[in-house]
Amino acid sequence: MTLKEIKELLKAEILCGENRLEEEIEFAGGSDMMSDVLAFGKPGILLLTGLTNAQSVRTADIIEAKAIVYVRGKRPDKEGIALAREKGIPILSTHFMMYKTCGLLYKAGLPGVSDIE
Amino acid sequence: MAQSDESSLSQNFEIDGRDFSKAGSISTKVKELLQEVGIDSSIIRRAAIAAYEAEMNIVMYADRGEMELNITPEKLRIRLEDEGPGIEDTEKAMQEGFSTATDEMREMGFGAGMGLPNIKKNADEFRISSTKGKGTTVDIVIYLNQKEKK
Repeated sequence: MTLKEIKELLKAEILCGENRLEEEIEFAGGSDMMSDVLAFGKPGILLLTGLTNAQSVRTADIIEAKAIVYVRGKRPDKEGIALAREKGIPILSTHFMMYKTCGLLYKAGLPGVSDIE
Repeated sequence: MAQSDESSLSQNFEIDGRDFSKAGSISTKVKELLQEVGIDSSIIRRAAIAAYEAEMNIVMYADRGEMELNITPEKLRIRLEDEGPGIEDTEKAMQEGFSTATDEMREMGFGAGMGLPNIKKNADEFRISSTKGKGTTVDIVIYLNQKEKK
C-alpha cells in the first residue's frame, strides 16, 4: 500500500514529505507510548500516534519508521515538524481516532507490526 | 571531539537534565556517527534504542549527565553517568511496568516502566549501579561480531 493510498483512505492531510507519497508501506503499529514503540517497532513501520511532541518524531527516526500518521486531528509541534523535515520522514494527519485509523488500514490489508517476521 | 587511533573511537556527549526540547538529540548524533563508521544497521538500531531510552532517563530524572561512546573492532560500549536522584532499588526499576514517572514525563510518551528493560533487551551486556542522592551509571555493551545474537 502506498502512502498516497493511505492518505486517501484516512482522508489525511500531508504535513511534510509530499515528495514521498509513492513509497510503499508494508506494515503499521500504533501507540502513544514511545517506550512501547521502541520495544515493538521495526524498520519501515508506519507509526500511528496521538503524541504530538518532538519525541514522537525522534522515536520514529530511532526505529527507522517510514512515516508517521497523527490521529484524532493532531499535528506535531513545530520542533517535531522541523525534525521530520530534517530526517525526511513524511507526516500525515487524520481526523479519525486511533481505533478507526487502525481498523481502516487493517481492513484494507495492511498488516500489523506483530504480523511481520 | 572524536578521538580515534587505529582500533578504537571514543566520543563524549553532555546531556542536560530536564531540557525536554533537546531530549533525544544526543542519541540521534550517536546513531549518525555509527552510520558514518559503517556499523551493521541492526546493531545501530539496538544501540540507538538503548542510548535513546538511557538519554531520556537522564533528561527526565537527572540534573546533568554524560554519554560516552566507545567503539572497538569487537564491541560498542555506551556508558552513561548522571548526577541525579539515583535509583533506590535498581532490581525493582528493572521490572517491566515499574515506574516513578511524573505526569509530565508520561505526557512525553515515556515513563511506562519500559525504559530500563528496553535497554537491557537491546544490549549484550548491561550493568546499572546507582547511589541514592548522587546518581546512576548505566553501561551498555553490544558485540559487533554477533549480529543476530538476540
